[in-house]
Amino acid sequence: MNGTIALFLAQDGIINGAIYALVGVTLVLVFAVTRVIFVPQGEFIAWAALTVAALEAGTVPGTAWLLLVLGIATAALEVVREGRRLTIRRVATMLGFDLALPAGLLLAVIWLAPLKLGLAFNAAMTLALLIPMGPLLYRLAFQPLADASVLVLLIASIGVHFALVGLGLVFFGAEGVRTTPLLSGTFPAGPLVVKWQSIGVLVVTVLVLIGLYAFFERTMMGKALRATAVNRLGARLVGIPVASTGRIAFALAAAIGAVSGILIGSLTTIYYDSGFLIGLKGFVAAIIAGLHSYPLTALAALLVGLLESYSAFFASAFKEVIVFSIILPVLIWRSLASGPHHDEDEEA
Amino acid sequence: MSARLKSWLPRVVAILAIAIFPLIPGVPEFWVTLAGYIGLSSLVAIGLVLLTGVGGMTSFGQAAFVGFGAYTSAVLTTKFGLSPWATLPFALLSTGLMALLIGVVTAKLSGHYLPLGTIAWGISFFYMFGNIEALGRYDGISGLPAFSIGGTSLISARAVFYPIWISVLIAVVLSENLLDSRMGRAVRALRGGSVAAESFGVDTARAKLVIFVYAALLAGLAGWLYAHVQRSVSPSPFGINAGIEYLLMAVLGGSGYVVGGVLGATIVTVLKDQLQNILPKLIGTGGNFESIVFGILMVAVLQLARQGLWPFILALLPRPADKTINASAPALSHRQAPDRGAPLLSVDKARKEFGGLVAVNDVSFTVKGGEIVGLIGPNGAGKSTLFNLLTGVLGATSGEVRYRGERIDGMPARDIAKQGIARTFQHVKLVASMSVLENVAIGAHLRTRPGVVSSMLRLDRGEEARMLAEAARQLQRVGLGEHLHKPAGSLALGQQRIAEIARALCLDPALLLLDEPAAGLRFNEKQQLAGLLSRLRADGMTILLVEHDMDFVMRLTDHIVVLVFGTKIAEGTPAAIATNPQVLEAYLGGVE
Repeated sequence: MNGTIALFLAQDGIINGAIYALVGVTLVLVFAVTRVIFVPQGEFIAWAALTVAALEAGTVPGTAWLLLVLGIATAALEVVREGRRLTIRRVATMLGFDLALPAGLLLAVIWLAPLKLGLAFNAAMTLALLIPMGPLLYRLAFQPLADASVLVLLIASIGVHFALVGLGLVFFGAEGVRTTPLLSGTFPAGPLVVKWQSIGVLVVTVLVLIGLYAFFERTMMGKALRATAVNRLGARLVGIPVASTGRIAFALAAAIGAVSGILIGSLTTIYYDSGFLIGLKGFVAAIIAGLHSYPLTALAALLVGLLESYSAFFASAFKEVIVFSIILPVLIWRSLASGPHHDEDEEA
Repeated sequence: MSARLKSWLPRVVAILAIAIFPLIPGVPEFWVTLAGYIGLSSLVAIGLVLLTGVGGMTSFGQAAFVGFGAYTSAVLTTKFGLSPWATLPFALLSTGLMALLIGVVTAKLSGHYLPLGTIAWGISFFYMFGNIEALGRYDGISGLPAFSIGGTSLISARAVFYPIWISVLIAVVLSENLLDSRMGRAVRALRGGSVAAESFGVDTARAKLVIFVYAALLAGLAGWLYAHVQRSVSPSPFGINAGIEYLLMAVLGGSGYVVGGVLGATIVTVLKDQLQNILPKLIGTGGNFESIVFGILMVAVLQLARQGLWPFILALLPRPADKTINASAPALSHRQAPDRGAPLLSVDKARKEFGGLVAVNDVSFTVKGGEIVGLIGPNGAGKSTLFNLLTGVLGATSGEVRYRGERIDGMPARDIAKQGIARTFQHVKLVASMSVLENVAIGAHLRTRPGVVSSMLRLDRGEEARMLAEAARQLQRVGLGEHLHKPAGSLALGQQRIAEIARALCLDPALLLLDEPAAGLRFNEKQQLAGLLSRLRADGMTILLVEHDMDFVMRLTDHIVVLVFGTKIAEGTPAAIATNPQVLEAYLGGVE
C-alpha cells in the first residue's frame, strides 16, 4: 500500500463514516426519547435511495404505495384499538395525516414522476414520502408498547425490521440501484481526485449534527424531547405529551434516514435489503459511544468507516467480520469499566 | 385421581402422541420430516425461552451457535473420519466455549448489550464461515455421514425422528429441573433486577452466563443433529435471519415456559412451510413473504399477548400440584447469634459525596447485638444514601464501616450478604410471577450449594427440600404461612414487605437492615410488623431500620440516630431523642 492508496482509502472511509454517523446519531436520538433500539433505521436509507432511483427513471416509487399501506393500517388499527374513545379531532387528524396525505402524495407522484422534474424535486419528494413513515411506524408498532422494557422494544424493533425488509422486496424488487450524484464532477486534491458528492456528504452530515444540536439545545420541542428521555413520567407530569415526543423522534429519524439515503444512493449500489448492514454499522458506532453521546457516536462512526475501508483493502472477504468484531473489545472495556450493578427495568 | 397424577397426565399423553406419530400408517414422509425440523428448532427455542423469558436477556445469534455445532461435527466427520456420535462432545465444547467468550464480555453489562453483541456475532459468523476455504466458503461442506446404530444408517426421516425428539424430551426435562432449583431461582430472580438477587448472594453475572451458555449448548446440540440429518452444512441456514426466527419461536410460544418453546417452534415451522407454499401461489410472485408475516406476528404477539401463547393452553390444563414441603427435612446450618450488647456494626466517619454535594457527612454510630436501632431524619437527610453505603449498593467516599470488627465498606452487596447481613427494600423487589415460597427461598441461596448440573439431574433434592422447608418455616414465623404457593405479585403491599423480611431471615442473618419497612402499611399491619420485629429481637436478632413513621420508631427501637442534611445531629434512647431540642427544631422548625 502506498500513500495514495492510503489517502484514497481514508477518503472512502470518511465518507462512509459520515453516513454511519448519521445512522448512529439517529439511533442515539430515538433510544434516548423512546428507549427503542431502532434497528430498522437502515431501511429508511435504502428506501430513500430506491425512491430517488425510481423517480430518476420516471416511475412511481414503491414507497408511495407503501406509505398508503402504512397509513391505512395505522388508521385501521387505531380505530380498532381506541373504538369509542376516539374524538372527532383525532379522527380528523387520522383522515388527514394517515389517509389523505399518503393518497395525495401517491397521486402527485403518479402525475409528476413521468415528467422527470430533476434532482431537487426527486429529493424533496423522497423526503415527503419517507418522513411520514417514521411516526406511522411508531404508532403502529411501538406506541402500544411504550411501557415495555428495553428488551421487549428491541425484539419488537427486530420484528419491524423483518417485516420491512420483506415489504421492501415486494415493493422495490430485487434489483440494485445507483442514483445520479446530487453534485457531479471532481476536483484534484494533491494526489487524490475528490468527488464533489463526497464533500456534499460531509457538509450535510455536519449540518445535520449542528441542526440536531440547535434543535435539542435551543428549541422548546427539543427540550421537551430531552426531558422525556430523562424521565417519561416526570415529563408527562409537567404536561409534555409523551406519545407525541415519540412520534417526533421517529419523524426525525425518518428524515435523517431519507437524507442519508439520498446521499448514499450515488456512492454505492443499494438493494432493498442494503439498509440492514448500513444500519448495523451505525449501531456499532452508537454502541461504542455507549448509546448516549452524539459527538462520540459521530467519532466512532468515522472510526468504523475507516476500519471498514482499510479492512476492505487488506482482507476484503473478512471486512464485515472485522467491522462487527470491533464491538467485542469495546464491550470488554465497558464491562471492565462498569461499576457495581445497575438495576434494570423490572419484568416485562 | 390424585392431583399429582392429574398434572402428569397431559405430559404422558403428549409424549406418547409424539412417540407414535411416525408409526401411524398413512402419515406422509414429508410430515415426519417437518416434525424432525420442529424438534431441531424446539431445542434452540427452549434455550431462548430460558434466556429471554426467564433470565430477561435475549440473543439474536442462536442460529450461529447452531451453525457452530453443525460445522464442528461436519469438519470432524468429513476431515478426520470420526463417527457422528463421537463428535457430540466436541460440538458442545466448541459452542460452549464460544458462548462463554461472548457471555463473559457482555454478562456484566446492562440488558441490551448482550442482544446487540449477539447480532454482531451472528453476522460475523455468517461472513466468516462463508469466506473460509477449508469450510467450503458459501457452498459449505456436503457428504456428511448419517447417524447409524449397529450398522443401520438412520437416513429416513422416520429413523432420525427419534434421536431428535429424544433430545427434545431430555432438554425439556433438564430445563424444567434447572428452573425448579436453587440456580434456577437465581436465574429467575434476574427479572426482578439484579440488586435484590445480589443482596442475597446470587452472583448475577454468573447466573446470566450460566443460562446463556446453557442456551448456546442446546443450540449446539441442535446443530450437531442438523448436520447429520441434513448431511450437509452451509452458512445460510445459520444467518441472522434464522436467529430472528428462533427468537420469534420463543416469543410466540411463550417466553416464560419451557414447553412454550416447543409450541413456538411448531407454529413457526409449520407456518413457514405453508407460507412458502401458499403465498407465492396466491400473490403470483416470489419474495420472502414469510418475513413480512413473521415480523408482523412478532410485534403483534408482544402487543397483544406478551407472555406468548402457552399460557392460553396452560389455562386448559390441570393446575400443577403445589410444591410439597417436607417439614422433617434437616434444618440448614445456623449462625451463632452475636453476644447481646457487644458492638456488631460500627460506622466510623462514613462520608459520601456526589460531586459537590455531601450526602452523608462523616456520620459515626454503633449498633450493638440484640438491639433495634432506628435511623431517622427528614426527607433528604441522607438516610437512604447511608443505607446504601451499609449494603454495598454505593461505595463510601471516605470513612469505615466495620461489621464484627471487619471492614465491609466497599464490599459488593454479595459479599456483605455472606457476612450475615440481610436487607429489605424500600420498593419491594419480589419476582411477581414466582410463588411466595420460591421468592423467599432465594434468601437461603448462600446456605446451600447445589449447582447447575446436579440440579438438572435432580441430585439436589435433599438440599432443595431443606431450602424449601427453611423458606416455609420463615414464612410461618412472619405469619404468611397460608400464602406459600400464591404468586408473590398477588399479595397486598404490606404482605409483600413482610415476605421480604422472611426472605431476609432465610439468609440466617445476624443483622437485619430494613429500608422503610412500615411505608405504605395500614395501622393494623404496622402493629403486626412491630410485634414481629420485637419477637425477632427477643430471639437475638439485631435490626437497623430506616423509617419515617416516628410513632413506630419511638415505640419499637432501643436506640435512635438522627440525620439532618447528611449530618448526625443526635443519637440516644427514644426518650432522649423525643425531648432533644435540636431534633425538635429539625422536625418542627425552630422557635423564632
